[in-house]
Amino acid sequence: MKVLLVDDEKELIATLAERLSFRGFEVDFATTAEAAIQMADNKTYDLAVLDIKMPKIRGFDIKKMLETKQPKMKFLFMTGHGSEKDFQTAAAQTGEEFYLVKPVQLDMLIRKMEQAMKKQGDS
Amino acid sequence: MSKTENTHIKLVQHENEFSHLRQTLNFRRIWVVFVLITSGFAIVPVVFFALIDYNVTKYSVEHEAVLRTSRLASNTWRSVSFFLNQRKSALVFTTLENSFTDLTDPEKLSRILKNLQKGFGDFTDIGVINDKGVQVAYEGPHDLKGKDYSGQEWFHNVLAEGIYISDVFLGFRDLPHLAIAIKHHLPDGSFYVLRATLEHQLNSMLSQEENADGRDIFLINTKGFLQTPSRYFGSVLDKISIPVPEFAAHTNAMEVRLSQADVLIVAYAHIPETRFILMAAQPKNMLMAPWRKSRKDLTLYLSISITFILIWIVIAVSYMVKRLKISDQKRLGYLHMLEYSNKLATIGRLAAGIAHEINNPLAIINEKAGLVKDLFTFKPEYKSDPKLIQIVDAITDSVARCSRITRRLLSFARHMDVSIQSINLKEVIREVLSFMEKEAEYRSIIVDIQVPDDIPEFDTDRGKLQQILLNIVNNAFAALSDGGRLELKAEILNNDSVRIICSDNGCGIPESDIDHIFEPFYSTKAKTGAGTGLGLSITYGLVKELGGEIDVSSKVNQGTSFAITLPLKFEGDTKAHPNLKKEGKPDESVAG
Repeated sequence: MKVLLVDDEKELIATLAERLSFRGFEVDFATTAEAAIQMADNKTYDLAVLDIKMPKIRGFDIKKMLETKQPKMKFLFMTGHGSEKDFQTAAAQTGEEFYLVKPVQLDMLIRKMEQAMKKQGDS
Repeated sequence: MSKTENTHIKLVQHENEFSHLRQTLNFRRIWVVFVLITSGFAIVPVVFFALIDYNVTKYSVEHEAVLRTSRLASNTWRSVSFFLNQRKSALVFTTLENSFTDLTDPEKLSRILKNLQKGFGDFTDIGVINDKGVQVAYEGPHDLKGKDYSGQEWFHNVLAEGIYISDVFLGFRDLPHLAIAIKHHLPDGSFYVLRATLEHQLNSMLSQEENADGRDIFLINTKGFLQTPSRYFGSVLDKISIPVPEFAAHTNAMEVRLSQADVLIVAYAHIPETRFILMAAQPKNMLMAPWRKSRKDLTLYLSISITFILIWIVIAVSYMVKRLKISDQKRLGYLHMLEYSNKLATIGRLAAGIAHEINNPLAIINEKAGLVKDLFTFKPEYKSDPKLIQIVDAITDSVARCSRITRRLLSFARHMDVSIQSINLKEVIREVLSFMEKEAEYRSIIVDIQVPDDIPEFDTDRGKLQQILLNIVNNAFAALSDGGRLELKAEILNNDSVRIICSDNGCGIPESDIDHIFEPFYSTKAKTGAGTGLGLSITYGLVKELGGEIDVSSKVNQGTSFAITLPLKFEGDTKAHPNLKKEGKPDESVAG
């Protein structure tokens, strides 16, 4: 599975990327929306894991931008806080199964990624 | 960081903003002021009108008194005038009926006297005086024939006026007499005077008018000498003590002060053709009797009115002040709730901020630890050393603990928006107690939860219930000393409500405070500055919003027990969304 991770916290996704690659995933990561889009221009990804709140932009907006580039891309969201609004929006937008609360458990992340690949299937 | 600093400052500002609104009115003073003002407005007009009535009545009665006395004088004056006029007419008739010769004949004169006596009863003598002043004929008890009156004043008066009525004098047998003389002109140009003495009945005539009410009717002459006896001024020929009034054509009246207490109203009238003044005196006291009675009635009426007015005012003002008090208490209650809400909202924002900020570093620690473990697992160069793996596991466990703490805080903060949901009581209680876990451990406080599993899930506001329980438990912890015991029990009542009982064996609440603990801003911890300021008044309000009841019983040094009863069917104050939303459980991505 080709995965794109987007989060402004570099240490976090760099480590996540490395750990996922140990387990057989092909992972790239970006810390800004622009970098993410650039990557999407150059490579096709199966799934993207996005941070809901990034500086200057929302995760959902990044989702929209990536979707236009690669319509078949699946999405997972990460959220670092329990702010009610974001919570509800995440649940509403993607369904409760497709977001995770930080700090993320790796096997939970992998499970959800596989789930997303199956469920968000052919829409 | 700056965000949390900001919210902290705002929290402090709110504290100060509201403190001046906590002032309560001085109800005693308000009561007194209102009673005084209203009484003033009500009573002053009443008194004012009473005074007017008093004066009007007094004037009226005085006027009446004077009128009555004047009338008395007038009536008596008429009688006296008539009496005198009658006697005068008798003499005139005599001079017309008889010639001078007849009159000077002693026999005839004697007969005339007898007839006059028969007819009028009071003639005592009669005499004829010629134009030289010599009495040429006389019939009567005295020996006055031949007496010369030419030098006497009365003779000159009768010559001038044509008639003379003398003052009263003590005559025959020391009885009061008066004399009437008339001048009769003869055809030949000369004249003679016919003079008669009367043993007059004026005294009895005047005293007939008198009766018990202190009347005094008498005659005086123009020099002030009494002609008839007077009750107040003396006997005949005494001089009266008051000045003689000036001549007036009609009856007049005046007030005379006899002594400190006695005032007389005296009416008088001059009797024509005489030097007599008729006087009628009445004591003012007796005449004013109706006024005094009216005055008594007025005073009685005034006092009754004022009493009723005051009673009514006191009742009305007391009622109003009581309502005011109740209203003020309500206001304080709302204020307290407002302060609390504000504080809570601020804390929520604070909590959310902190949690977010902590979560990122936590996530990093987690991942790094995970990576180290991965390196040991996937890379052959780092052979898995069990000790190192243990250490990494310990790191991960700590992260999990931190995560639980922040999640708890976030969960609490999140539920501050109102929403009704189905809750499991045991779970909510455990959640609340988890906040106190550490403190209970440090202070060796035993926490005993006795919540049977058969308590059904019921609809209520989770956030509010959490706040209620947290506040009660917090208070219990504050009251407990180390090593104490806290018990949380739950039971079903009557199939329609659930009762949660929180008891501690702490210091208890004194009887004097128990009645007040649910009052707004009432805090027994206030002096030491401890406590979060989340008073029981808030808890009370929250319980009411959930449609429940709260009770307390306590004994000093033995312990306190709070009982919260909630309905199983939500009937509380619902500011929630009209369609009761079932709130889902958030994704617990970090396994415990």
